[in-house]
Amino acid sequence: MPHGIALVIWLLGMGAGVCFVATSLIHGSFLRYFFLNLYVLFTLAVDVCRQYILSNFGINSPEYYYLYYYTDCLLIIALFIAVISLATKVFEELQLAKFVRILAALLLLGTAGFSYAVVAQSTERLSTVFAYELSQNLYFVGLVLTYLLWGAVLKLQESRTRIVQMVLSLGIYFSAYAASYALFNVASKYQVVQYLGPLLGCFLPVSWSLTMLRHTEEARLTPARLVAVPR
Amino acid sequence: MMAAFILAFSLLTLLMFFVSYCRSLTASSLQKSLTEEVLDVTGIQAKASGRDYTRVIQLLHLCPDRHEDRSGLQIVGTYYSFLNLLDNLFAKLSPAVHDWAEEERAGCAHFAAVALGRRIALNREMLAQQAEL
Repeated sequence: MPHGIALVIWLLGMGAGVCFVATSLIHGSFLRYFFLNLYVLFTLAVDVCRQYILSNFGINSPEYYYLYYYTDCLLIIALFIAVISLATKVFEELQLAKFVRILAALLLLGTAGFSYAVVAQSTERLSTVFAYELSQNLYFVGLVLTYLLWGAVLKLQESRTRIVQMVLSLGIYFSAYAASYALFNVASKYQVVQYLGPLLGCFLPVSWSLTMLRHTEEARLTPARLVAVPR
Repeated sequence: MMAAFILAFSLLTLLMFFVSYCRSLTASSLQKSLTEEVLDVTGIQAKASGRDYTRVIQLLHLCPDRHEDRSGLQIVGTYYSFLNLLDNLFAKLSPAVHDWAEEERAGCAHFAAVALGRRIALNREMLAQQAEL
């Protein structure tokens, strides 16, 4: 089991995840935001599995090593699908939801193909290196997709408060995650940096829960107010 | 060098998303007009200005807490502090920054005033319930 600050962060993350799924169920939005809930449920299951393996085999064990990278890959695929599910909601009024889904499937297959091509020459156990490479590449694709999705929200004058805030939460999450990753490379000697990643893991369920609690599905806002610097 | 570039770029996009997120919070309250009661209590003249924010927050602390408002008010409070910092740092360099920050602070004050309206209504409801007992 983690202890000290790590334990507080772990409990916060678990609590936030449970809170989001419970809020979705109570507000009758579980199926409407199914893939967001699925991602959060996966993170909860992965957190429990990781803690189990960690306490039984230790952090330096091959069991934990394999579990960490395979589950990380699974989580990023679930997050990618969550981003796409929000994109289909944004584009559904233009009757483009099917097109977005096909494009997402092709993008996922393309990223997997590219990752395979990169690791094909590796002498290490192929599936583990592939899982790591796919996670990294999908993370980058997810980041770019979120920026594009935000652009589409502004361009299409999306006014549904819940969708807008969920997309913005994803934008904050991806940007903060990229910043923490860069900060880890620049200033890894500071201990506080190592807690940034787990802390950010709590952000999405916390933020999505607040959106669910604060706004109804019918809530609308003025799209022109969303641009950081009005033109 | 590359990590520093990624850090700078991601911090910029983080800032952009944070500002947009806060604007989405304040924008959701802009559709709600302030009640006569709130206008009387706060002394706001028809439209809230940035200066009203501190007074509205002080009044909010006098009312019973509504936990539904708490997180939104905290985020908007952080945004208000960020706007003050931005104004202090860059207003002398560019008056446009000052105008923009002032408009945003007015949005924050309106958001807080709408929350105050809800708390006053809750207060009245509680008093009515007590009177019934």
